[in-house]
Amino acid sequence: MDIVVENLTKTYGPQRAVDNISFQVKTGEVLGFLGPNGAGKTTTMKAITCFLSPTDGDIKVGGNSVLSNPDKVKKLIGYLPEMNPLYVEMPVIDYLKFVAELQGIHKNKIRERIKEMVTICGLEGEKHKKISELSKGYRQRVGLAQALIHDPEVLVLDEPTAGLDPNQIAEIRALIRSIGRSKTVVLSSHILAEVEATCDRILIINKGKIVADGTADDLRKRAHNREVLRISIEGADSNTAFQALRAVDTIDLIDPLPMKECSFEIHSKNDATSRKAIFSLCVEKGWFLTEMTPIETKLEDIFRELTVN
Amino acid sequence: MKQIWIITKRELKAFFDSLMAYIMIVAFLGFTGFFTWLYGADVFFINQASLQSFFSISYWTLFFFIPALTMRLIAEENKSGTIELLLTKPVNDWQVVMGKFLGTLLLILIALAMTIPYYFTVSSIGKIDHGAVWSGYLGLILMSATYISIGLFASSITSNQIIAFLLAIFIGIIFHIIFDVLASSFTGLLGGIFSYLSINSHYESISRGVIDSKDLIYFLSLTFICLFSTEAFLAKRNLSK
Repeated sequence: MDIVVENLTKTYGPQRAVDNISFQVKTGEVLGFLGPNGAGKTTTMKAITCFLSPTDGDIKVGGNSVLSNPDKVKKLIGYLPEMNPLYVEMPVIDYLKFVAELQGIHKNKIRERIKEMVTICGLEGEKHKKISELSKGYRQRVGLAQALIHDPEVLVLDEPTAGLDPNQIAEIRALIRSIGRSKTVVLSSHILAEVEATCDRILIINKGKIVADGTADDLRKRAHNREVLRISIEGADSNTAFQALRAVDTIDLIDPLPMKECSFEIHSKNDATSRKAIFSLCVEKGWFLTEMTPIETKLEDIFRELTVN
Repeated sequence: MKQIWIITKRELKAFFDSLMAYIMIVAFLGFTGFFTWLYGADVFFINQASLQSFFSISYWTLFFFIPALTMRLIAEENKSGTIELLLTKPVNDWQVVMGKFLGTLLLILIALAMTIPYYFTVSSIGKIDHGAVWSGYLGLILMSATYISIGLFASSITSNQIIAFLLAIFIGIIFHIIFDVLASSFTGLLGGIFSYLSINSHYESISRGVIDSKDLIYFLSLTFICLFSTEAFLAKRNLSK
């Protein structure tokens, strides 16, 4: 089920939280929403889930508009809000039953669905406890369970792994990945590694506008088209090697690494590769090339580049 | 309708889960029982088989209890953010407001139902005016409905329960006492208007056994105005934040 966001604008007083953005998410796609604090991620998600109505523009979920048919849209979406609010005074089972009833699951199927959710989200030992007695990680699981209980076509998750320990993060990521194969998932985060690990496509948003849209690889290519290598050479002293490397014409910059004798960080010129040239050089001089590692531009750098000013 | 009932059930259960309901029912029965049977203008003192003293004490007890019940209804959800969770389920703002309203009203009805034995007891010791008793109960129910809607409204405009409580009491006092006082200090049209606005005068006329459509319209319209305002405040999230 596709989500189509068309010219969405949302203003809070004079402030434009989301400024005329449009994008699409297709079935089977996990879209990562990335941006600094206050960029408009949460606002966009609240608009998709019909909590806030757009000031301008429209959102269609499976062809149903949030403006004219919110009840239908709400039924299609499973939503985990930021901070994961829950009725803490309720026991887990009762809470899931309440949500299942609200979602209009047939009476005979409610028990079965709850059982399934408890298993999937690993709540077996906690199901009779009150939510207030649960740790943060378990609460997050309850939040996911209530979002998934009606088997929604679209899943909207606002910072789903906030406050979890590394094992739980890995579990939840795996869960999102497996759901994402058949459903449409939109998740937001400001943790870049998370988005890279779980999402097929990344949307970077800043000050209410989309500044980048593509896969992690696309974004890397867009930001830097330069090859960076780390090499170590044996059988030569630093100075000679340095001089020899300077002579290679695809190399733009050589940065000696202080930690290790005769190792360098090599920046090639734009759109050029120096790997072959370095290898031939070593063969020619009779040196041993003990390390040659391509250094990928980190997503962090791209993110910074795109969102600072 | 189904959605309203699901929310009503949850709210009612929340009252019982949090002990609020038990405290409220016990205190309500304690107060009304004490003043109906044991102290002050009780049944034996006035020496009449009438529940008049019960109705007047219930009236004041509910005046304080209802804001205590309603204060958390929406304020707490605003504070914890669960309102977002609720409103992104397939329910609209009106269903949420109605569900919460009916949940609280149901609790009051349970508390009132527990005083039915008073009626049987009093009628067994003397000749009781049955009509006055039933209209007295009707008056209490209508008044409770109005107060719950006022409390719900107060709860919807803040995320602080104490403010919601005080505001509900404050609005209550205006309808309860201030309009009454103003009505007696003005004459003519103005006095008539204030007298019409006062909850007191309508409650009294109903609990005397006179069910006038004027009083019914007053209670129901005030209730719905408050419920609509509550819905409007819930929808306010769309204007600004």
